[in-house]
This record gives sequence, structure tokens and C-alpha cells, in this order.
Amino acid sequence: MQWETVIGLEVHVQLATQSKIFSGSSTAFGAAPNTQANAIDVAMPGTLPVPNEQAFRYAVMFGLAINADIGKRSVFERKNYFYPDLPKGYQTTQLAEPIVGTGYVDITLENGEEKRIRIHHAHLEEDAGKSLHEDFHGMSGIDLNRAGTPLIEIVSEPDIRSSDEAVAFARKLHSIVTSLGICDGDMSQGSMRFDVNISVRPKGQEEFGTRTETKNLNSFKFMEKCIAQEVERQIELIEDGGKVEQQTRLYDGDTHTAKAMRSKEEANDYRYFPCPDLLPVILDDQYIDEIRQSLPELPDARAIRFTSEYGLSPYDAGILSAEADVAAFFEATTKASSDAKLSANWIMGELSARLNAEELSIGKSKVSSEQLGKLITRIKDETLTSKLAKQVFDHLWQGAADVDDVIETQGFKTTGDDELAGIVDNIIASNPQQVDNYRAADEIKRKKMIGFFVGQVMKATQGQANPQKLNALLQEKLG
Amino acid sequence: MEAKEIEKLAKLARLEITQETIDETAKSITEVLALVDQLQSADTGDIAPMAHPLDAVQVLRKDEVTESDTREQLQAIAPATEDGLYLVPKVID
Amino acid sequence: MHNLTIAEISKKLQEKEFSSKEITQHFLDRIKRLDGTYNSFITLTEQEALAQAEAADKRLATGDAPTMCGVPIAHKDIFCTQGVKTTCGSRMLENFIAPYDATIVSNYKTAGAVTLGKTNMDEFAMGSSNETSYFGSVKNPWDVECVPGGSSGGSAACVAAQLAPAASATDTGGSIRQPASLCGLTGLKPTYGRVSRWGMIAFASSLDQAGTLTKTAEDSAIMLNVMASYDAKDSTCVNEPIPDYTATLNDSIKGLTIGVPKEYFGEGLHPGTELAVKNAIETYEKLGAKIKEISLPHSSLSVPAYYVIAPAECSANLSRFDGVRYGHRCEDPKNLEDLYMRSRGEGFGPEVKRRILVGTYALSAGYYDAYYSKAQKVRRLIKQDFVDAFKDVDVILGPTSPSPAFKFGAKGDDPVAMYLEDIYTIATNLAGLPGMSIPCGLVEDKPVGLQLIGNFFAEGKLLNVAHQFQLATDFHTLRAKVDE
Repeated sequence: MQWETVIGLEVHVQLATQSKIFSGSSTAFGAAPNTQANAIDVAMPGTLPVPNEQAFRYAVMFGLAINADIGKRSVFERKNYFYPDLPKGYQTTQLAEPIVGTGYVDITLENGEEKRIRIHHAHLEEDAGKSLHEDFHGMSGIDLNRAGTPLIEIVSEPDIRSSDEAVAFARKLHSIVTSLGICDGDMSQGSMRFDVNISVRPKGQEEFGTRTETKNLNSFKFMEKCIAQEVERQIELIEDGGKVEQQTRLYDGDTHTAKAMRSKEEANDYRYFPCPDLLPVILDDQYIDEIRQSLPELPDARAIRFTSEYGLSPYDAGILSAEADVAAFFEATTKASSDAKLSANWIMGELSARLNAEELSIGKSKVSSEQLGKLITRIKDETLTSKLAKQVFDHLWQGAADVDDVIETQGFKTTGDDELAGIVDNIIASNPQQVDNYRAADEIKRKKMIGFFVGQVMKATQGQANPQKLNALLQEKLG
Repeated sequence: MEAKEIEKLAKLARLEITQETIDETAKSITEVLALVDQLQSADTGDIAPMAHPLDAVQVLRKDEVTESDTREQLQAIAPATEDGLYLVPKVID
Repeated sequence: MHNLTIAEISKKLQEKEFSSKEITQHFLDRIKRLDGTYNSFITLTEQEALAQAEAADKRLATGDAPTMCGVPIAHKDIFCTQGVKTTCGSRMLENFIAPYDATIVSNYKTAGAVTLGKTNMDEFAMGSSNETSYFGSVKNPWDVECVPGGSSGGSAACVAAQLAPAASATDTGGSIRQPASLCGLTGLKPTYGRVSRWGMIAFASSLDQAGTLTKTAEDSAIMLNVMASYDAKDSTCVNEPIPDYTATLNDSIKGLTIGVPKEYFGEGLHPGTELAVKNAIETYEKLGAKIKEISLPHSSLSVPAYYVIAPAECSANLSRFDGVRYGHRCEDPKNLEDLYMRSRGEGFGPEVKRRILVGTYALSAGYYDAYYSKAQKVRRLIKQDFVDAFKDVDVILGPTSPSPAFKFGAKGDDPVAMYLEDIYTIATNLAGLPGMSIPCGLVEDKPVGLQLIGNFFAEGKLLNVAHQFQLATDFHTLRAKVDE
């Protein structure tokens, strides 16, 4: 039987505010436990929440970016459940009247096709703290620094049909929120986390299958793995005559396996009701319009601009425009190099390989856009071959400051035209047999045989000859 | 309201209700619910629910860090802490 | 000294007739000597009180001290007081030392008032007789076999026994007005949002409001002048101008229209109480007010609506008491569930548990619409009744509670009978309106109260109407016989 996968995503995005959603505590990552958990955050009796305007501004920015209806009236509700990282015994969130209504995100699939993923809504809520499971004499430790960090939870419609689509969608959201500057996008610190709803159905069937929800995915890679595993598990289950049970599953990033947390029967009864400590938030048209006017450039618009302004292919433009910091690096490099195509190639090639190898974000690149730009100008003015340029790049990566200094001190200059002609003459003179063979050969054989002379010259110039020039010279002199 | 239902509610509310008092609790809650059921007589047609007595709207706070570290003070009254963490019996997901 | 009102104490302090330290010591001595009988205080803050009194005396010596400077008062133990135990009448918070002051507590501190101690109350303010306190019930100074009312029973009893000139209190469904009625005092519950709830331990957030228990309406005005403030830390606190509430006390009430709801004189009202209220109506007529019968058609639904909304809100508000960060924690929890179940099971008393369970039920899947949502709709109808009524009248008048103080245990195992104690007061909380109770007579040698309900933020008018009654009558000057 042919199976179809149906996926819906719930994405939690930590908003990059200075202070928490309901208190004036800092949201900075990495502080000593509970040093950023004040009386409100630890739910001392008698404390009360006051919402952060910036969190609303960021949520509205997101809503506008996904073409959504903005909730001019939004209401916080209490979601009741007991957990030690939830100090009040309820999470303050939105349900019936969220800040962001229905919208959509367009993703580009691998085959170049565009697909629209509908957003059901996105709401504001507070993050919980963290339970540390290291052993404290058989106890767990609770750190509430994260409790109260503002989140938007983005809920998609079940429009996703494969793990590739799911990842493309997640990446697109990442690209949108970082371009807007409303989230730092640092997945390793949990700034973006995914819950995945997965079901399968026989191809052609309209009705959805029973879904499971896997929580706690904090990387694109985990999400891909988790979906593949879960789809396989569900199909096997059904094909073996079993039934998928509606359940919540938890993904373990260490073992790369998910296990059932609770079934539908044990599902929490969250007893949502409007939070009586907070009033409806009313945003007027002027407020929303002001935000609309000042929205930064979004990835889709940027991709279009990159093709028209820089002549990039849609593929290159898509990659370079997706993340705001990559796009900014590209534009700065292009400005310094005056060559968009070469800048694009270097960023997507050498630079990206290095960043990946050392697991660095482009913001932490050891070669700056100015350095890379200058390096590219030295390729363009033929001071460097691209092979040499890679060696210069190495030096820059190791900490060298200036491109020209490296060329000078390391002697990386391309061999000059006259010098090269002399060397070629020399090689021809000292290898008469090979020259004869070459001249006797046909076109096809010659193409192979010329390699010998190239090798000899490269050896003599320690690889610093410009390959194009060398080729032309050899063909001319060998006749 | 039967004892079994009380047990379910008590579990949801994380309240230990001893076996000796459970029937009594069930009885008194049944009485309260009977009182509350008078609400059903009201014609509320298209009346909107009212969550707050005043028609006020929320005032939003400026995004500023106004709090400093008060851990020591807050944890002075905590039942169990270590290394700045609140301790609870092992959390099993 | 203890017979004096705040107004009188303030005057004598300013005129240096006695010092704050002297009067503070006088009340502390009285509490220590007499409160064994009444159990109106949970915590006495002697050292702090004397230090505050000393500081107040220095301020008074400059000749430029505010009205409440040096005046000793008591705070209901629902208000957080930094460095001082705040129990909320519960075992759950038996040893809870609040790390900060409630806004109203700091308002009084700023005004130079002296805190004598923290008063007893029904556990988490849930009760109408003060019998649910973990720290024992409070005795009514008028008759120690009777309840003082609740939940602010300690605040009421200490003022009635003249162990303090006045006390702060809170009112969610009648918890200021009903004890005022049963103890012969003047009780004021301001408009919802008039006084900050920051640092006041929440029972039902959309109903809770802090107010005062005093001997006179004038003292209520002086107290409210200090207590009311706009507080950005409480999102539900309203930024309305705060007038000088003492400035309008002496306005004439000639031509004022007083509405009397016919629904407040039905079955269940003690004939003695009814007579006292009717006499009060005559007094107002003599003072030149016009009396108009009105109808608040949804009155009978206020108790049912309240017993959905208040428990629902409390079921969530009290979830934070889980034995993790503060408060009672059971011995040797086996696991996390056990920690929650037993800490909460041991920490809360039966009435609190009952309300949490009712609230949990009303919000649970399948019942939300029939209970919670329905109650919220009825709440709007109840508010609309008042909005309509205030188109024609300036103030609404009726009884505060159905009968004078009852004996301990009289409504012991019948929660519904107890809930009906607040039948006349609850609607005010649901609507968010200000309400007062002032003494209007004795029934069976015990005081009964007259309830006055004002329009939104019309505390000035309400206090004016109450003060004019007190100028014309002397019920508010009657005192319980204290066995000195």
C-alpha cells in the first residue's frame, strides 16, 4: 500500500526581549541558576503579572510577516497543570483570542516547486523553567531562570506531507524570525523548539489517520530523524494489523529515539480560563501600521532583490537571503569585492565549509566580509589564482589580518606573464620527446597530453601559475 | 457527585483527600453544585461572558530589566535547595 | 486612649497630647492582655511597631507629618509584610516570611502608620465566620460564643474589642462588610481596581479588593486616602484620580436619591435586622434623601454565580502552593506526585479543598460552558442590573447580612447555609462596585449593619452618605463590653 504522511508543526520561538513577558527579570541566557527568577517568576504569593510591550510588538511583526490577521484584541488565559518547572501551577498563554490569527508561509521544495503552508494561529505565552536531572541525592533541581521568557507558539495546519517539507518549513520560520530580529535563532540554546504532529493515511484517503505528537525537538536534524522514525513506526504498526494510538511522545536528543509520555486517556485536562490578573490587550490600527511601516526586509523579498540587483541565480539568491546575517555578510562582501557572483561562490563554498566544520554561525566567522571582499578583488586583478586564494583564506582564518600582507610575506603572488613565458620555453626545451609526441597526436590525445606540461610548469612555479594563462601559452607554444 | 469522581478531581487538583473524609466531601460538593445549578434557570441568550468587573484594557510595560538577583532572599524560605536550585523528588518525564 | 478614633488619635498626636510610642505601647499591652480571649491576632509585631512609632514621633516633632503618622493599625494576615510572617490563616503558610511588602502595607508605612500585627482570618479568605482559620477561630467581642464574621474576622474583632483603632481587610464576597455588620463596625470595600492587589494573597482575582474596618466613616475616609493608589504592578488597578475622601464627608445629602432593592428584603432576612434597616431608611428620609424602591432582578443568582467564579479562580490561584519553593512541604515525599498531593492535602483545610475541587470541576472538560461560562454571563446580567439602577439613584441601601452574629458551629457542616451569609454582599463584588456596612442597630444585643452600595469609583459619595448617617445616629459609638 502507498502511504501518505500528514504533518502539522507547533513551533515555540523565544522572543529576543530584554526582560521577561510578565516581569522585569532579565532573559539573558546562561546565568547562574535562579539568579534571574524574581518574586513574580517564582510565583510568590501576592505577586502579579504585567505584560511586556515588546513581546506584543514582536508577535505583531511575526503576524505581519506571515500575512496573518492581527488580533486587535487578545486575551491571556491560564492553562492549568502541575509541574515543578511551572511555578504558578498554570501557564499564562492565549487560546480563544490569540495575538496572531490565520496566515501562511510559502516554502520552496527541493525540486524548485513552491508550496504554501497555512498557519492556524500564533499566540504569546510564557516559557517554563528547567528541570535538571543530574543526581542531587535522588532529587531533581529546578532552575527558573527561563520561566517567563516570552514565546510565540506558531501552530501550522496539517499541510506538510514529508520530513523534507517539515524541515523546509521550519527553516523558513527560522529565516523569518531571525530576519525580523525577534529571535536570536540559536537552536542550541533552545531559542526555537518544535512539537511535531504526525499521522499517516493510505494515499488517496481524505480522512486523517490518528496522530501522535512528539515534543521537544530542538534541531532540524532531530526533526528529520524523528519524523522518519515515527512514520515508519506508524506504518509498520498498521501493516501489522495494529492501530496508532493518540499519544504524546518525547524525543531524546541523546539516544535519538522517542518514547510515549502519555496516552489520550491520561491526557491533561488543562482547564483553560481567562487570566483574571490580566486585562484584554487592545492594539489599534495606528500601532499595527507603525510596525508594518518599519518591518525589516523579509527573506522572500530579499531573494527577489538578490536576483535582480546582483544577478544571482534563484537558487543562490534563496540560500544567501534566507538568514539575515548571511544576507548581510553577502552584501558587505559584495560591496568590498564589487563581484556578487564570486562573493556568492566563496560564501556558499569555502566559507560555509569552514563554518560548518567548526560549527560556527556566520556572525562568528574568523574571516570578515571586508577580508573576503579584498581577497576576491585580488583574484579579479589576477594577483591570485583561486587555488592561491584558498591558501590566503587559510591564513586569514588562522588570524592573519590583511590579504596583501599575506600575499607579500608568504610569496603567494601569481607568476608574472614574462616569467611564466620563460618557464614554459624552458620546459619545452628540456622535454623534446614529449613535445614530439604531443605534436604527433590528434586533438583528443593532445588534451590529455598537455597535462604533463602543466604539471611541470606548476612544479616549477610552486603552483603559482594562472591555469588559464598557462593553458593558452602552452597551446600556443606547442603549436 | 460520587467518591470516585471526587478522587478524579482531587488528582487533577493534586489534593490528597483521606478515605475518611471522601464521602463527606462528596456530599458537601453535591450540595454546592445543587446551589450552583440555579444558574441554569437564567436566560443568558446572547449575553457575552464577563471576566472582569471593569471594561478596562491592559496597560503594557516597557521592555526593561528592572529586577536584580534576589535568589538568596527568595530561597531563604524554600523547603529544599542546593547550588541555587529548588530540589524536588526526581522528575520523570 | 483605646476609645479614640483615628481622627482623634491623629489630632492628639499632632497636638503632642501623647506620643505614637505611648499609644502604640498602650495597644500592644491591650492585645497582650486581652487577645487571649478573642484570638484576633496571628502575629504581634511589637519590635517593629515600637521602632515605627519612634520614627513617627520624630516626624511628628517636625510639625509636618501626614494624618496617619504615628497611628497604630493592624493588617489582615493576607497582606505580605516584608520580614514578618504572612500566613493567610493557613497551615500552608504557617512559617512563610514574605520577602516584600504589599503595596497597601508600604502605602501605610510611607504615611507613617504603625503596624501592631497581623490579624486572624478564614483560611485564604474563604469563609464567613472565621472558623476555617488554621490558627483557631476568632471570638466576637459582643458575644464570645458567637462568630465575628469572616473572612476578615480578626480585623473586625480587634477593632471591636478596641485592640486597634482600625485594621486593613479584604473583601471577595462580603469579607469586610459582613464582619463589620456582625461586630458593629464601619467596613468599606472600595471599587474593584481602586486599591492595588500587589502583595495581597489572591483568593479570586477578579473579585478581591482591599478595604478597611474602622469605627467611623470618617476613619474609613482617612484610611482610604492612604490605601488607594495607582499601582503599575497590578494590571487590574485603575488609574483614576484619587480625591481627598475626607473633603466631601460633610456634603449635604438633601435631594440625594437612595435606591432600596426589593429583592434584599425577602425570605431569610431576620425581622430584627429588617426593622433596623427600615429605621435607617427613615433616618435618611429625615436627612432629606429621597427613597426609591428599585429592582435588581438577578439578585438571587449572585450566590450561585459567585460559587462558580470564585472557586474557579481560586483553584488556579492556589496551585502555586505546591511545596516546592515556599510553604508547607510534606515529610519524605515518595515521588513528585506524593509531594504535591500530601503537601497540598496537609497544607489546606477542608473549606479551601472544597472550593478548589468545585473550581476544578467547573473548569474541567465538558463542564466549562455549563458552569464557568454560564456564571460569567450571569455576572454580566448582575452588573447590568446595577448599571440600570444607578441611572435613577445615587446610592443603593439594604441589609448587609441576613441576621446578627450566630453561634460557633451553627452552620458547621452545611457549606451552603454559610454561603448564604453573603447573599446581600456578593453582587457588589461580581459587579465591581464599592460597598460599605455601617452599624444601624442592635438585634438580640448584637449589632447589625446597613449596607450602602455606590456607583463605580464613587467612594467619596458613599463615605459622605455613611458619615451623614453617623452624625445623625450613635449606633457606631456603641462598643462591645470588653472584660478588662
